Amino acid sequence: MSKQVKAIIIAGNGTNCERETAHALTLAGADVVHIVHISELLTGRVQLSTYHFLNLAGGFLDGDDLGSAKAGANRLLHAPVSGSGEHLSDHLRRFIEEGKLIMGVCNGFQLMVKMGLLPALNGEFRQQVTLTFNDNGRFEDRWVYLKADSQSPCVFTRGLDGIYLPVRHGEGKLVADSPQILDDLEARHLSVLKYSTAEYVPTMDYPANPNGSAAAIAGLCDESGRLFGLMPHPEAYVHRTQHPRWTREPKLPEAGMGLWLYQNAVRFIRRELL
Amino acid sequence: MAWRIEVGLKDGVRDARGERVRREIAEHLGIHLEGVRTIDVYTVDADLSREQVKAAAEGPFSDPVIQHAAIGSPLAEDFDMLIEVGFRPGVTDNVGRTAKEALRYLLGRPLDDDEGVYTSVQYLLRGRIDGELAERIASGFLGNGLIQRWEIIPAADFDRSRGVPVSVPRVVSNSEIRVQHIDLNVSDDELMRISREGVLALNLEEMRCIQAFASNPATTRARQAVGLDGLLTDVELEALAQTWSEHCKHKIFAARIEYDDGQGNRETIDSLFKTFIVGATRKIRQDKGAGDFCLSVFKDNAGVIRFNDEWSLVFKVETHNSPSALDPYGGALTGIVGVNRDPFGTGMGARLLFNTDVFCFASPFYDQPLPPRLLHPRRIFEGVVEGVEHGGNKSGVPTVNGSIVFDPRFAGKPLVYCGTAALMPALLHGQPGHVKKALTGDRIVMVGGRIGKDGIHGATFSSEELHEGSPVTAVQIGDPITQKRMFDFLLIARDRGLYNSITDNGAGGLSSSVGEMAEDTGGFKMHLDRAPLKYPGLQPWEILISEAQERMTLAVPPKHVAEFVALAAEMDVEATDLGQFTDSGYYHCLYDDETVCYLPMDFVHDGVPQLVLKARWEDRGHREPVFPRPQNPGAILKVLLGRLNICSKESVVRRYDHEVQGATVLKPLVGVANDGPADAAMIRPLPDSFEGIVVAHGICPRYSDIDTYDMMACAIDEGLRNYVAVGGDVNHVAGLDNFCWCDPVQSDRTPDGEFKAAQLVRANKALYDYCVAFGVPLISGKDSMKNDYQIGDTKISIPPTVLFSVIGKTEDLRKGVTMDVKCPGDLVYLLGETRNELGGSEYYDMLGYLGARVPKVDAKTALKRYRSLNAAQKQSLIASCHDLSDGGLAVALAEKAFAGGFGIDTDLRKVAAEEGLREDTLLFSESQSRLLVTVTPAHQSAFEALFAGQCCSLIGEVRADRELRITGFEGALLINATIDELKEAWQAPLREM
Repeated sequence: MSKQVKAIIIAGNGTNCERETAHALTLAGADVVHIVHISELLTGRVQLSTYHFLNLAGGFLDGDDLGSAKAGANRLLHAPVSGSGEHLSDHLRRFIEEGKLIMGVCNGFQLMVKMGLLPALNGEFRQQVTLTFNDNGRFEDRWVYLKADSQSPCVFTRGLDGIYLPVRHGEGKLVADSPQILDDLEARHLSVLKYSTAEYVPTMDYPANPNGSAAAIAGLCDESGRLFGLMPHPEAYVHRTQHPRWTREPKLPEAGMGLWLYQNAVRFIRRELL
Repeated sequence: MAWRIEVGLKDGVRDARGERVRREIAEHLGIHLEGVRTIDVYTVDADLSREQVKAAAEGPFSDPVIQHAAIGSPLAEDFDMLIEVGFRPGVTDNVGRTAKEALRYLLGRPLDDDEGVYTSVQYLLRGRIDGELAERIASGFLGNGLIQRWEIIPAADFDRSRGVPVSVPRVVSNSEIRVQHIDLNVSDDELMRISREGVLALNLEEMRCIQAFASNPATTRARQAVGLDGLLTDVELEALAQTWSEHCKHKIFAARIEYDDGQGNRETIDSLFKTFIVGATRKIRQDKGAGDFCLSVFKDNAGVIRFNDEWSLVFKVETHNSPSALDPYGGALTGIVGVNRDPFGTGMGARLLFNTDVFCFASPFYDQPLPPRLLHPRRIFEGVVEGVEHGGNKSGVPTVNGSIVFDPRFAGKPLVYCGTAALMPALLHGQPGHVKKALTGDRIVMVGGRIGKDGIHGATFSSEELHEGSPVTAVQIGDPITQKRMFDFLLIARDRGLYNSITDNGAGGLSSSVGEMAEDTGGFKMHLDRAPLKYPGLQPWEILISEAQERMTLAVPPKHVAEFVALAAEMDVEATDLGQFTDSGYYHCLYDDETVCYLPMDFVHDGVPQLVLKARWEDRGHREPVFPRPQNPGAILKVLLGRLNICSKESVVRRYDHEVQGATVLKPLVGVANDGPADAAMIRPLPDSFEGIVVAHGICPRYSDIDTYDMMACAIDEGLRNYVAVGGDVNHVAGLDNFCWCDPVQSDRTPDGEFKAAQLVRANKALYDYCVAFGVPLISGKDSMKNDYQIGDTKISIPPTVLFSVIGKTEDLRKGVTMDVKCPGDLVYLLGETRNELGGSEYYDMLGYLGARVPKVDAKTALKRYRSLNAAQKQSLIASCHDLSDGGLAVALAEKAFAGGFGIDTDLRKVAAEEGLREDTLLFSESQSRLLVTVTPAHQSAFEALFAGQCCSLIGEVRADRELRITGFEGALLINATIDELKEAWQAPLREM
C-alpha cells in the first residue's frame, strides 16, 4: 500500500474547483485523492506530509477582496497549526524540500505567485512576479491555445507541444518585478506555457492572449520543474464533451488535453517519489 | 486610533481599472476625461502599533510587484479632481471584512467587535472638471448615494501633506432598546396611517383583522399570562406584516377573482395558484402515473424532481427587481446569492450546480430625460451584470443559460430573474433527501452572516410600487464568501446527520424562516437578544425581520448542538443557538427574557383574509397594419439582427464563468468560433455517468400587448422548443413559472386594475392549458406583482412578463446537438408550419406596428414534433438544430450559418406555410413550435421517415461558400449576403458593453 500516489486538494474560503480537480486526478491514475478543508490542516488532524502532490484549485479565495489570492496567501503564510508551534508555511516548506509536486490553477496559481512559490528564481521564495487585472479590466471566460516550452524542466508538460484550455479570470495578466526576471524566466525555460494562436505561435494579441500577460505567459514553473502554476484550467478539459466544439469535431479523442498535465504528474511521482 | 493606508500602483504599471472607469464615464455620461487613476484606501480602526500597520500595508494590503503603500500620507499627485468613494455606515463592505480577517493572521489575535477596517477607492481625474461635473461623475457613475458617500477635492484645495482626512464610517447608535406598544383601537384612517408609515404594506381589511384579533378578550387573557397587555407590540405587528406580505403570502395569486371575459361570460376563480398552477401539476402527475417524476412541489424553497435512482434535481428561479432598481449591483448580487440559498435550503440541503439569469431592461442607449429616482438603463445594465458576475463567479456556480429582453417600459422597473439548480442525494440517512421535519425540542440555530439593518422591510417594500419614500435600508450587498464558507460547512453537517431541518433566511428574515419551520412542531420560543449583530443598536423588531444576507436557519437536535457549533467554528462560520421549536401553538419571541411577541401560530399563518379582485377583459381593437411589401429584405434582416432583442450578448456571457465545476457540456456560446447563440445548456452533473441535465427558458413580454393568453402559451413553447433543440427529453421535463406583473388591483392609482387582473387570469389559463397539453408539471415558481413606478403624475408599468424556465434530463448527453451548421452539403429542414403571425413580432416593432395576429400554439402537433425530434437525436440523425423565435426564419437561418461558418442556400417556395402569405411574412413571422434542422444526406431517408405525415419541409442546403441566399416566390434572390456581414450586424450593438 505504500506504493500509492497520494494527492491532496486544499479547499475552503472560496475555492471552487476542488471537485473537478479531484475527478481529473482520479482519471489520471492517482490512487488516493483527498479534498481537504483547510481547517483540517490547521487543526493538525490532516498532515500535508502524507501526500505527494498538492493541488491548489481555482476559485476566489476570500473573494479576491484584497487582490487575487492576496488574503489567501496571507493565511497560508501566517496561520498557525494548532498544538504544533508551527505554521502551515513550515509544513509547506518541508513538502517542497522533499521534492514533492505542487500545481496551482488559476486562483491557485495566483496564490503560489503571491506566496513567492513561483517562479522562485534562484530558490528564493519571495514574490518576483504578480498576476493582476486583465488589460480589458474584466473577467472573461474563453478558450485559449497554449504553446508549451519543450525545453522546460517542468515535469507536468513533458512531451507536450500545445494544449487548448479555458481561462476564466479577471486577474491573469503576468507582470514581472523587473525586466531581468523576465529574461531569467525565458533563459531558464520557466515560462512554460504561453498564450498562442491556433497554430501555437505565442501572441500578445487579444483575445488569443486574453489578458495582456507579459511575454504571453500563461504558466510558470520553478527551476526544479516540480512547482507549477497556470491561469488556464486543465481540470476543465479531461473529457471530449468539455471541449466547446465537440459536437462539430467528431475526431476529438475521448480524453481531454488538460488530463495530460495530471497524467505527467502521476507518472513522475510513481517513478521518482514512490 | 484610526490609521489610513493608501495603496497605489507604481509608476509605469497600467491601471486597467482606471482605464475602464474613464471609458465608462465617457459611455455613460458623455464626459471625456484625459485620464483616471485609482488608489485603494484602507481605514484601519484598531489598536495597532505603527509596525503592525506597516506589516499589513506591505503584506496583505498591497502587491510588492506593482503597488506601493503609504501610511497616513497621501499618494495622490498629478490630478485635477479627486473623488474618494466609500460606504455609508453599516453597508456591507466585503473588502473591509476580508482585510479585518487578514489582520487576525498577522497579529495572531482576532480583532474586537468594535475594531474594524473600512475601504474606499480614490479616483484621480485629469481633465477640465469643475465641482458640478465632479458631482455628476460621483453620483452618476462612481457612487450610489443610497449606499455610498464621497468626498470631492479639486487639486487646488488638496492638502498635500495630510491628504484626505481620516473618516471612520462606524455605525454609532445611541438609540435605546425599546419595544413600542401600538393601540389599534383607532379609526380606519388611523389604521391605514399606521400601515403606511410603518411600511407594513397591509390593506384596510388586513389591518381590521389584526385590530379584531387584538381586541378579542381571549387574546388579552392569553397575553397576560406571559406579561403582555392588550396592545400589540411593534415586534408583533412587524411579524404579521412580513408573514402577510404579498411577497410571502402571494395574496393576489390566492385571491378570489370575479372574472368577466368581456363577452358576457363570468366565472369565479378561488385562487389562481390553486386552480391553475397546483391544478395543472396535480392533473399532469395523475396522467403520468408511474412515470411521475415530481418529488417535492410547491411546499419547499425549491421544486424537486427525480434525476436517477441516487440523485434528485432541485430548481428554483427568483426575481430581485425592486432592489435592483435602487442599487443594480447590490440588488443583483443579492439576487443571485439569495436564490442560491433556495435550493440549498430545500429538503435536507443540496449542492449547487448552476445558475440561470434573465434580465429585462430598457435600452442602454436610451437618450431621453428620466423621471426622478430612476437610474439610467445603461447603469442598471452594467450594475446588474456585474452583480450577477460577482455573485455567480465567486460562488463557484456556473451561469449556463439566460437572456436579456429589452422594452422601454422596463425603465420603470428592471426585471432581474436569477435561477439556481442543485443536486441532492435521493436518500440521506435512510430518508428521502427532499423531506425534512423540525421536531419539538430541536434548537433554533442561525448560521452564517450577522444581522444588521440591511434589508429591513425588503418583503413589504417589494410588495409596493417604487415611490418617493421607498426605504433605502431595503438595499443590501451580498457577500458570496461568507455564504460559500457556510455552504461548505453545512454540506458536511448534513452528511454527518447533525440537523433535522434547514431553511433559508430570505424575505422576512428570521420571522419567516423560523415561523415557517415551526409549522412542523406548532410553535417556537426564540431569544432575539442572542442573535449576533453586525453593530449594536438594533431594536427587537429589526432583529426579527432584518433580511441581512448569507444566513440559514436550522433545527438541530439538542444532542448535536455542541458538535454542530464546534464544527462551524473550525470552519470560520458563525452558528448561534437562538431558542427552541415547541408545540405551544405560539409564535413566541423574547428579548432579555421578556416576551416581546406572542401570537398564535394559526393566526400568523392562516389569519390573513382572502383578497377579492375583479377582472374584466376587453377587446382593445388591435388591427393588422397595411403596408407595402419591402423592397430590400436583406437590409431588413441586417437591421433585425442588430436589434437589441436579437443581437449577440457575448460580451455579457463571457463575463460569467459558464463552466466552473467542469460539467457544462453544451455551453452558451457554440459554433466554429465559439460565438454562436446556443438554445439551451446541457450539464453533466455526475462525472461517472453520461446522463445530462438540460435547462432552457422562454420569455416573450411583447405578445402581452395583444393577449397574455398567447404570451404565456408562447413562453411555454419557446422554453420547450429550446429544450428539445439540444436534446432534452420532452417526456422528462418540468417547468417553473415566474410572473412579473404590474399592479392588478383596481384603485385610484391603478384605474385599469381590472384589465390587468384579467390579463393575469388569461395568462394563468394558458399556463394550465399548455402545461397539461405538453405534460410539463410545474414544480416551483414565484410572482412579483407590483412592478410599477409611480412618482407624481408619471406612471410606468412593465408589460406583463412571465419567465417560463424548463429543466429536465437526457439519458445520454453524447447525443447533444448544437445550433451551428456543421458541414457543406447537409440538408436544411424546417419543422412546423409558418403562418400569418406577425403580431407583436420584432419585425412589426421595427416598423412601429403592434398588429393583431399574435402567434398561437398548437400543442398537440408541437408535442408530436418534439417527440420525433427526440427520436432523431437518439439515433444521431441530426447535425444541428436551432429554434425559431424573434425575427423568425430569416434570423434563424442567418444565425445557423454564421455560427457554423458556412453558407446556406434556401428557397421560400419550399416552406410549408398557410396560403397567401407574403414573402416578408414567411421570412419574419414568429409562428411557434418551429425548428431548423440540418441533416447529412446519408441520414435523409431515416430522418424523413421519422417525420412522415408531419409538417417538415426540405428548404435548402448548407454551402461551403459563406453566403446566405434566400430565393423568393419569383425564383429571384430575395436575400444574398455574406455570413460575415450578417454576423457583424449581429455582433456590433452590444460588443463593447
